[in-house]
Amino acid sequence: MDKSLNWRETILTAVVKTCGYSAVVFVILIFFFLLREGIPALAEVKLGDLLAARWYPIENHFGILPLITGSLIVTVGAMLIAIPFGIGTAVFLSEIAPRWMREILKPLVELLGGLPSVVLGFLGIQVLSPFLRVFLDLPTGLTALAGALLLGGIAVPTTVSIAEDALDAVPKSYREGALALGATKWQTIWRVTLPAARSGVLTALMLGIGRTIGETMAVMMVTGNAPVLAVKLTSIFSPVRTMTATIAAEMGEVANGSTHYHVLFFIGLVLFLISLAVNITASSVVFKSRKRAERVLS
Amino acid sequence: MKSACLILLVSLLFLTACAGSSGQPSSPTQASAYIQNKGSDTMVNLALAWAERYQVEHPDVSLSVTGGGSGTGIAALVNGTVDIANASRAMKSEEKQQAEANGIPPVEFTVARDAIAVIVNPENPVRQLTLQQISDIYSGRFNNWSEVGGDDRPIVRLSRETNSGTHVYFLETVLRLGDKTNPTLFSTDTLLLPSSEGIINEVRQNPNAIGYDGLGYVPRDLMNSVIAVARDASGPYVIPSISTVNDNSYPVARDLYMYTAGEPAGAIKDYLNWILSPEAQAIVADLGFVPIKP
Repeated sequence: MDKSLNWRETILTAVVKTCGYSAVVFVILIFFFLLREGIPALAEVKLGDLLAARWYPIENHFGILPLITGSLIVTVGAMLIAIPFGIGTAVFLSEIAPRWMREILKPLVELLGGLPSVVLGFLGIQVLSPFLRVFLDLPTGLTALAGALLLGGIAVPTTVSIAEDALDAVPKSYREGALALGATKWQTIWRVTLPAARSGVLTALMLGIGRTIGETMAVMMVTGNAPVLAVKLTSIFSPVRTMTATIAAEMGEVANGSTHYHVLFFIGLVLFLISLAVNITASSVVFKSRKRAERVLS
Repeated sequence: MKSACLILLVSLLFLTACAGSSGQPSSPTQASAYIQNKGSDTMVNLALAWAERYQVEHPDVSLSVTGGGSGTGIAALVNGTVDIANASRAMKSEEKQQAEANGIPPVEFTVARDAIAVIVNPENPVRQLTLQQISDIYSGRFNNWSEVGGDDRPIVRLSRETNSGTHVYFLETVLRLGDKTNPTLFSTDTLLLPSSEGIINEVRQNPNAIGYDGLGYVPRDLMNSVIAVARDASGPYVIPSISTVNDNSYPVARDLYMYTAGEPAGAIKDYLNWILSPEAQAIVADLGFVPIKP
């Protein structure tokens, strides 16, 4: 009996360890593959040309700066929408809504998250962009704004799901303590519950940003794919070209091993590094050592 | 109970494994030939219509047709992964060199002709333009419709993606007016839409838009807002049609090509001969393209 238990222990431990390490191994392997295929771009194209402002690969203009600014402006716009709506909805669901409303609304929000992004892209072309063109008197509705609105809509369900779970996990004693000290409901939420759920909420936002910056299909359909350098504030109203849409649109036509091929992988590498940077920043906040008071109370 | 479940699971796995092998396509024994056809999105409907008709008449041949753009098809031919590449532009010399370096000398066949129609929104009063005016619109020199005789509206330029043969052909013939040394490029704010349908959609509902596409892709409701094009300000403004392409009066007409890996033989040769026959060329006319002159 003891012997078979030990056997099972060792096997199960080994299996679980493999699963855990494999996640890290896969990410490292992907990173090395991107490096192997993307670094030759630095050898074949001068760094100054890579950071130029013109992207027209069939005539050897490989400036990726418009693509980076395109992705960034759409991501920033999407997060400006997703952060208030996402956290607001999460706070409403966990702190303010009555139990029965929560039981209905939470599955509905998660249903919205299950919508395929290409369907949202189609809605964007048919409904959102004509509306934007008429409502804001723009030359065309296929702009970074349309992309940001769609991506905000895509990021909100992810953010709400996780943030709401994090807020729910805050012990009742925190809220009761605050209320006992005379705080109003809003003061409790804003100054006690949210800071206590900080790590979960930040994880939710991180996942939202990750989803947004990697989104391909929806942005390819509604942002117009014009490689414009989007640095002014009014650039949100102009068409842009994201890094993801570039890779999706052009990877099919490149000859294996050509300069264009290497530059596309270099763009993938840049995307990977941006996501990595976002994750590292967020986890450095999440894993900061908790204050002594927090440790004592929980 | 637990062992019974285990036995059931294992036997189910065995059954699915057996089912997998019998589900293999029986084409190696039934079809005597399998031809793969890839490339131009302009030609994809045409290639599909040809493939369907040919397979009805020759059930022993199996054809697969995919799009992806002329660039994609040519790249696949160069990499040796496709039998016939459809292209709405000629192969560039670098592509030909790379193919020959891979041991795949490309052979070109002209299978149809096509006109590129320039379309505007039906509300737009502009109905004729010279090649130079279209070039200036797309390169960013003109930014308002009033500069070419229209309303005071900003110009929104629509184009296909860079992997499209239509895009490359338009760049060479219209933006650069056929001059290989001309460095003019599309303006950076040209919208590069991933499909013809996207262009048609935007032109249909945006009064500021101008777009271009193959004549076969212009829907009925936009046929009245096709621009008549003249080679220069003195020349006649010509609307694209089968007759104006065949007598070379419409300046933006092109050949559609199929490239094979080396001289075609066997089933591929029979297929290409059939494509050049009157029966297949009638399909060309049905789809809005221009049949090659016999």
